Amino acid sequence: MTINKELVKYLESLGRIELTEEQRTATEKDLQDILTYIDTLNELPTDGVEPLSHSFPVTNVMREDEVAMHNTRDDILQNAPEEKDGCFVVPKTVD
Amino acid sequence: MDILNMTATELGMAIKNGEVTVREALDAYFEKIEKYDGTYHCYNTLCKKEAYRRADEVQKGIDEKTLTSPLAGVPIGIKDNICTKGVKTTCSSKILCNFVPPYNATVIARLEAAGMIVLGKLNMDEFAMGSTTETSATGVTHNPWDINKVPGGSSGGSAAAVSAGLAPVALGSDTGGSIRQPCSFCGVAGLKPTYGAVSRYGLVAYASSLDQIGPVGQTVEDCANMFSVISGKDEKDGTSMVYPEFSAEEALRGDVKGKKIGIPRDYLGDGISEDVKNAILQAAEVFKALGADVEMFDMPIVKYAIPAYYIIACAEACSNLSRYDGIKYGYKSDKALNLRDTYIMSRSEGFGMEVKRRIMLGNFVLSSGYYDAYYQKALKAKKLIQNAFFEAFKQYDMILGPVAPTTAPKIGESLSDPLKMYLGDIYTVMINIAGVPSMSAPCGFDSDGMPIGMQIIGKPFCEAEIMNAAQAFEKATEYHTKKPNLK
Amino acid sequence: MEWEIVMGLEVHTELSTKTKIFCNCSTQFGGEPNTHVCEICSGMPGTLPLLNKNVVEYAVRTGIATNCAITQYNKFDRKNYFYPDLPKAYQISQLYLPICRNGYIEIKGDDGETKKIRIHEIHMEEDAGKLIHDEWEDCTLVDYNRCGVPLLEIVSEPDFRSADEVLQYLEKLRAILQYIGVSDCKMQEGSLRADINLSVRKKGEEKFGVRTEMKNMNSFKAIGRAIEYEAQRQIELLEDGGTVVQETRRWDDSKGISTAMRSKEDAQDYKYFPEPDLPPIEISDEYIEGVKNNLPELPEEKKQRYMTELGLPEYDTNIITGSVYFVRLFERTVEVTGSPKDSANWIMGDLMKLLNDSQTLPENMAFDFDSLGKIINLVNSGKINRGTGKKVLEKVFSENVDPEKYIKDNNLAAVTDTGAIKSVIEQVIAENEKSVNEYKGGKTQAFQYLIGQSMRALRGKAPAQEVQRILKELLG
Repeated sequence: MTINKELVKYLESLGRIELTEEQRTATEKDLQDILTYIDTLNELPTDGVEPLSHSFPVTNVMREDEVAMHNTRDDILQNAPEEKDGCFVVPKTVD
Repeated sequence: MDILNMTATELGMAIKNGEVTVREALDAYFEKIEKYDGTYHCYNTLCKKEAYRRADEVQKGIDEKTLTSPLAGVPIGIKDNICTKGVKTTCSSKILCNFVPPYNATVIARLEAAGMIVLGKLNMDEFAMGSTTETSATGVTHNPWDINKVPGGSSGGSAAAVSAGLAPVALGSDTGGSIRQPCSFCGVAGLKPTYGAVSRYGLVAYASSLDQIGPVGQTVEDCANMFSVISGKDEKDGTSMVYPEFSAEEALRGDVKGKKIGIPRDYLGDGISEDVKNAILQAAEVFKALGADVEMFDMPIVKYAIPAYYIIACAEACSNLSRYDGIKYGYKSDKALNLRDTYIMSRSEGFGMEVKRRIMLGNFVLSSGYYDAYYQKALKAKKLIQNAFFEAFKQYDMILGPVAPTTAPKIGESLSDPLKMYLGDIYTVMINIAGVPSMSAPCGFDSDGMPIGMQIIGKPFCEAEIMNAAQAFEKATEYHTKKPNLK
Repeated sequence: MEWEIVMGLEVHTELSTKTKIFCNCSTQFGGEPNTHVCEICSGMPGTLPLLNKNVVEYAVRTGIATNCAITQYNKFDRKNYFYPDLPKAYQISQLYLPICRNGYIEIKGDDGETKKIRIHEIHMEEDAGKLIHDEWEDCTLVDYNRCGVPLLEIVSEPDFRSADEVLQYLEKLRAILQYIGVSDCKMQEGSLRADINLSVRKKGEEKFGVRTEMKNMNSFKAIGRAIEYEAQRQIELLEDGGTVVQETRRWDDSKGISTAMRSKEDAQDYKYFPEPDLPPIEISDEYIEGVKNNLPELPEEKKQRYMTELGLPEYDTNIITGSVYFVRLFERTVEVTGSPKDSANWIMGDLMKLLNDSQTLPENMAFDFDSLGKIINLVNSGKINRGTGKKVLEKVFSENVDPEKYIKDNNLAAVTDTGAIKSVIEQVIAENEKSVNEYKGGKTQAFQYLIGQSMRALRGKAPAQEVQRILKELLG
């Protein structure tokens, strides 16, 4: 896998971050090194292997449909950088 | 009574016997923290007020014998990614620099119910991403054995605090070695429990399928008693499991006679330092002398562990860390005027470089076109790695190996080359991928006098077995009794 | 040239469970902003989801009622995207293993034949929060009350060829969801909403045209209009030699036009991957069998039964079974009165008029469903007359009064005491000598006049037949 500046920019955009030009150059190299190493995984034969997402076969962990409220609105909003009328505030969203 | 020279379990006993009061224990620790933490920077936040507020109630519980845990009344340090109600939980990140959780993590609720008292929140690599504690936004923690060296990471604050005697015991979290490696670098004991043995509710997620909270202690006994307090099924964590009975007493028989221990040859290959290799081989001799059967075996899949780990961990991390956006909590850039900038500026200013790197890597392996080649492939490798352990456990009761290829590096040496830093995780990440438990314990010192740790890896839910082995080793050796001289 | 419209639907329905899909917060609609919110549904660091077991049951019920195969090994996946209404920045959904697949709903096609609309899949997911645009300050407010309310997304195949087919399907689907008790389907509250994928092609062509998507349509009328508009727009575009752009469009019902939504400037990729915090769900054969056996009667079955067993006319049956709220009212009224015929007549007549006059949807009928049966019984037993019954129903409908109490408080009970009626009529006869004489002289209209006067004197509360009988008797 070859990394180029365009891909780095695309990945920044996917993660909603923006690097400085200097950081971008360094990141291009770092990601290239890391991915080159990661690509050694291709040498591992995995045909017919079932992907394992959960380490242990636990299933059907569910809860009853019963209302229980633990928080007040103040608890939820206490960390908000900005608050108005009991709501979180964001700059105007336009689709 | 010399409070500061007791293990957590000894302190608990002294408090129970009335030789030490809860307040005296707090006084002693806060005094020592005030004296030394300016130098070592183990703590991000101290909870002095909260701690003394609870002291009398806890003392009463102990006196009236309603609090019966061996660790009742014992102070504890908490890694700063475990949520504490009303006390800042920052993950050593600027983006959570002012975050005060409105709830307690399950482990906090459990240790408080057992009568333990939180001293403060311990430094770590930002969002647990790093192996040195250098990625912390609050500054690096210094290794108590050599102030110019890192304590390891990401639970560097936890291991350094216990090593320096700034906390009798601590909690850390381990996603790819984050408890074991700093314990190894700081000469203390630590446990990465079986995945699902300890509730993750309230642990700020790095990689959800790999994260586990575990104890950092002066001795195996401290870790076992701590594990008793925090383990067990939690209704709030769907991935926590019903633990098939853990008794600290059973785990502390200190007997390894007749057990079969395997050492993967691939754990002693390229890249390992001579000092570390020799320490492990000597440890093997100790186990043999204690009556265990020790032999080498091949585990060629070791070399695929790091690629698989970084794919899985970064993929989950990029999703888990997307919620930090300057809207609900945490840092918000004051330069942002529109929604897009609120996201981009808050995140760009709030996250450090290592976190950004892993977010980008995670976005890459999950993005359309690459998902199958990377993420799906890594999940298959995960299956094969787990199989390799299960195969090995048909032959052996436990697996022995080094925790890290080297002892603690100098501060400033690691960050310039991220790949090199990642490669240092080679012996630890597999254990998280397989979901099995592993105990790290001191087993020697290198030529510079820096501690070396070994890890004993066990079958799922066989924490007691590896603790018994580690304790047998502890009884036969004196590495764990050595303490650093603080400056 | 003849064009054919091709459409597929993605319907989102909010489930009527008591709590949200992954936490114990109430799903109740409305409420002050951020009061049905906890650390979990507001996406606080460190929190974990825990699945509500009723969500699985409701999903399986829906799958069975729409002829789907139930997936027995289920997983959840994360769909990642940044938007302020999504506090975790990912929606927990199902991509790889949706809980139901390969079902269908039957409608009457444009050619009059029965047509199967195939359901590709149904999956479980969580709803997002609500954004409120602040008019005064240039900002948007975020309310997470709705965040985490369980949703089913029901995805059809591209089987629709006309707006009528779409509306029939939606009506059927709504009736089914309401019947099996999984959703109240209140469109104005957003608990049923549809995304419409629409393309056009020349008749006879196999290949699909380029499609556009209209999101979050929540009224049947708007859906009909939006389809007509969008189809016409695409046809005109193609006939003028242009091409359709694949895009999301927003329907503005007040202006009657759709406009393209601005495409986001930042990269978008949902990066689905298995949700590590939720263990898989296994659904056994026995579980499915159990849900099947407890499934309430579905609309088609009910229709047959009303016609054959209860003898209702087809027209009435169609109207009543068209909404589960009518069904509930009807069945309750039958229980109270024992008369399917009377119950249907009152619903089809007086009640329907009240609904129409006040523009009320059946789901918004806000009175005690026992009341209609009580009124019918009072009328049938002669305790009140028909006209009074109608007036009482109006009060029940508008103010949810208790019929018996209302009649008593307002002294509306029929006068059934013959002696009392007699004395009132005697009085009328005494006061209307002229008419009495005219009647006796053979003028029959005079009798009608006297009846009218008697009824007025009795304030309409005596049975007309009884008044007639007594008047005749007294006049000899």
